[in-house]
Amino acid sequence: MMESQLVMQQEDFDRVLEIIQKLVRDANAKGIFVVDKAGQLIAEAGELQGIDSTSLASLTAGCVAATGGLAKIVGEEEFPIHFHQGERDNLHMTLVGDRMILVVVFDERSSLGLVRLRVKKAGNGLAKLFEDIRKKAETEIQTHGSPFAEITDDDIDNLFSD
Amino acid sequence: MSFINYSSREINCKIVYYGPGLCGKTTNLQHIYLKTNPDVKGKMISLATETERTLFFDFLPLALGEIRGFKTRFHLYTVPGQVFYDASRKLILKGVDGVVFVADSQIERMEANLESLDNLKVNLKEQGYDLDKIPYVIQYNKRDLPNAAPLEELQKLCNPMGAVEFEACATTGEGVFETLKAVAKGVLADLKKMGS
Repeated sequence: MMESQLVMQQEDFDRVLEIIQKLVRDANAKGIFVVDKAGQLIAEAGELQGIDSTSLASLTAGCVAATGGLAKIVGEEEFPIHFHQGERDNLHMTLVGDRMILVVVFDERSSLGLVRLRVKKAGNGLAKLFEDIRKKAETEIQTHGSPFAEITDDDIDNLFSD
Repeated sequence: MSFINYSSREINCKIVYYGPGLCGKTTNLQHIYLKTNPDVKGKMISLATETERTLFFDFLPLALGEIRGFKTRFHLYTVPGQVFYDASRKLILKGVDGVVFVADSQIERMEANLESLDNLKVNLKEQGYDLDKIPYVIQYNKRDLPNAAPLEELQKLCNPMGAVEFEACATTGEGVFETLKAVAKGVLADLKKMGS
């Protein structure tokens, strides 16, 4: 099934940020990323200095997709939670709804148990929110057409003029 | 599946370079990476084997400028071309907005081109896409080689539907940016039509 476009308005983005900023505090996390399964970074929060979030998003999607492929080989629909343990920092990835991935980066200030506990609640909130965003965008596009309907061929050509 | 973010005023799109093994998909991305200004590109990631064959994918984020107040960001991916990496190819096509098929012009690679093209159609269909309906550009690469097939033969075999096409030599960069521009234009034109 082909996925629909993801259109996120300012107020939707603010609601996503509110949930993940709270999760940073509740889980004592270093950083939180919301990534879609196609590898786009949707939102981020926390101490993120030095983290290449664009690469992180792309590799997260690749990792989740590959693990999903492995799940199917052993007869599972998917493995919804992934945990990568490092010497200092750890990564916890959870599938949220059918198209998002919630990534939590944490160190010794937190623990896997705390992260799992807090992620469960935040994940449910995000899943519902993204479902609302999807429905809203679909209605908007059906009612008003593309938000970029007024782009002209010249606008597109100008992008490549140099 | 493009992602339009009104908060950061960004349009994010995904373009996948597809084609048989050793046709030059990674070389296309490497040339784009080398020739673009540091301020418009992100880090290029290559998940490759020790012999530099693509194992999972290459990834290059590019910012192409603004359109109607929105920054346009394109994420370029390649797939592993070797036949046995089909599971990985399927994963990378997820959420694709535009496809470049890189054909190897060498006569002896014609069968590999056709096999890869069929594989592209099957894998797109599995995800609900139709090659005739998504932004699609075909690039005939390695035109500089002495054993390159005549252009007419490539067109007849690989492009019967008459998609936008370019001749290229990815190692020197000829045709690389023309291909990228054409597919990016197609993706943006598709955004304009969204919902209609």
